[in-house]
Amino acid sequence: MENTLIITVENCNFYYGTYRALTDVTMGFERNRVTALIGPSGCGKSTLLRLLNRMNDLIDNTRVEGRIFFEGTDIYGKEVDPVEIRRRIGMVFQKPNPFPKSIYNNITYGPRLMGVKKKSDLEALVEESLKQAVLWDEVKDILGRSAMTLSGGQQQRLCIARALAMKPDVLLMDEPTSALDPISTAKIEELIEALKKELTIIIVTHNMQQAARISDRTGFFYLGRLIEYDDTAKIFTNPQVKQTEDYITGRFG
Amino acid sequence: MEERRHTSRAYERELQEVKENLLYLGALTEKAISRGIQALLERNSELAREIIEGDGAIDRLDREIEERCIRLLALRQPAARDLRFITTAIKINGHLERIGDMVVKICEKVLLLNEEPQLKPYIDLPRMAEIARGMVKESLDALVGEDLALANKVRGDDEIVDRLNEQIFRELLTFMMEDPRTIHRALLIMQISKTLERISDHAKGMADMIVYMITGRNVRHETADTET
Repeated sequence: MENTLIITVENCNFYYGTYRALTDVTMGFERNRVTALIGPSGCGKSTLLRLLNRMNDLIDNTRVEGRIFFEGTDIYGKEVDPVEIRRRIGMVFQKPNPFPKSIYNNITYGPRLMGVKKKSDLEALVEESLKQAVLWDEVKDILGRSAMTLSGGQQQRLCIARALAMKPDVLLMDEPTSALDPISTAKIEELIEALKKELTIIIVTHNMQQAARISDRTGFFYLGRLIEYDDTAKIFTNPQVKQTEDYITGRFG
Repeated sequence: MEERRHTSRAYERELQEVKENLLYLGALTEKAISRGIQALLERNSELAREIIEGDGAIDRLDREIEERCIRLLALRQPAARDLRFITTAIKINGHLERIGDMVVKICEKVLLLNEEPQLKPYIDLPRMAEIARGMVKESLDALVGEDLALANKVRGDDEIVDRLNEQIFRELLTFMMEDPRTIHRALLIMQISKTLERISDHAKGMADMIVYMITGRNVRHETADTET
C-alpha cells in the first residue's frame, strides 16, 4: 500500500501568523491518480496544495507543523532544496500566467535554468511538452510568437506544457479552469485524464461536477480540516459524513 | 437528524414535488389493486371496465414524474442523497406504472371470468392482493420516512406472495385434472394469481431502491434474507 502513495501528509497544521489555516490534516496521494480537493472558500484546500511543493515558503510569517513526505523524503527536511521539490512537483495556477515571451521560450525557460543547453534537446522538449498539453497542432507554426497573443484556454495549456517540460512527477493544479470557457475547460479535463498515465495530479476545484468528472479520489475540506476522503464515486453518490453531503448537495452555510 | 435547507429554495421545492407526485401515483396504484380485486370478488364487470379506463391517469402521471426527474438531472446536477432520491424516484415511478398495467390485465381476465359461472370461492387471491397492495403502500411509507426496517420487511413479504401463488397453482391444477371444462376459468385465475405475484415483485423492486436511497447500497437481485 505504502508505495502506491507518492505523497503523504501527516498531522499537518499550518498557520498564517496566528491564524490556523489547516488543522491536523493526514492524507495520502496515490500515484498516477487524480485527486480532487474540494470545499468552500477558505477551507484550506489551496493552502494544502501550496504546502505540497513548498510554495507557502514564499509567504512571510507562516508556519508548518507535521510532516509531508514525497517519495519517502520529508520535503520540509533541512537538507531539502525547495527548488528541486518544485521541479518534481509542478504547479498550474487559476489564471494562466505565461511569461511575456515567445511560446518557445516559455517552454524552454525552466529547462535552460536547469542546465539544458543543446538546441536539439530544447526543441525536442518543446515539441514533446506541447504535444502532451495538446497544444502542438495549434501553435507549431507560431512558436516564435508572444505567448500573450494566445487565447485564455491556449495560455493555460501552455502553462501546463511549461510545467511538463520540467518532467515533474506530480502536477498541482489550483482551479486551473475557473477562468476558462466550457470548451477550453473540456480540453484541459481531457488532458488531465491523459496525463495521469504519466504523473500524479492533485487539483483544487470549486466546480464540483469537474471534481466528479475527472478525479479518482476526492477530499472534502471544511474550516481547515479534512472532513472526508474517499473514492470520488463514493463521495458523490454516498458520502459518509453529513457535512460532505450537505456541501455537495448544495445545503451548506 | 436535522435537515438543512438547500441554498436554492426552488430546487428544494422541485424535489418535494417529485416526492408528492410519486406518493399520489402510489395512492392511485394501490387503489387500483384494491378495486381490481373487488371487481373479481363481486363479479363486477362495470367496475373492471372503469379501472381499465382509469389507467390513463396513472400513465399520464408516470410521464409527468419522469419528465420532472429528467429536468432535475439536467438542470441541477444533483449529487449524493438527492441523486439517489431522483434515481430511486425514476425507478419507483416505472414500477408503479407497470403495476397499473398489471391491474388492467387482471381486470381483463375478470371480464372474461364473469362470462362464466364462478369456479370456486376465492380465498387466497384476496390475501395475495392485500399483501401486494400493502407492499406498495409500505414501500412508499418507507420512502417518506426513510425507514430501512420497513423497506426490508416489504422485501421479505415477496416470499409470502410467491408461496401463495404456488399454492393457488397447485389447487387449480387439481380442478383441471378432475374436470377439463374448468380449464379455461382455471387458467384465467392462474394468470390473475401470477399477475399479483408480479405486482409483489415490482413492490419488492421499489423497496430495493428505497434501501439504495437510504444506504447507498445496491441490494437488487438479492433476497431479503441473504443480505448482511
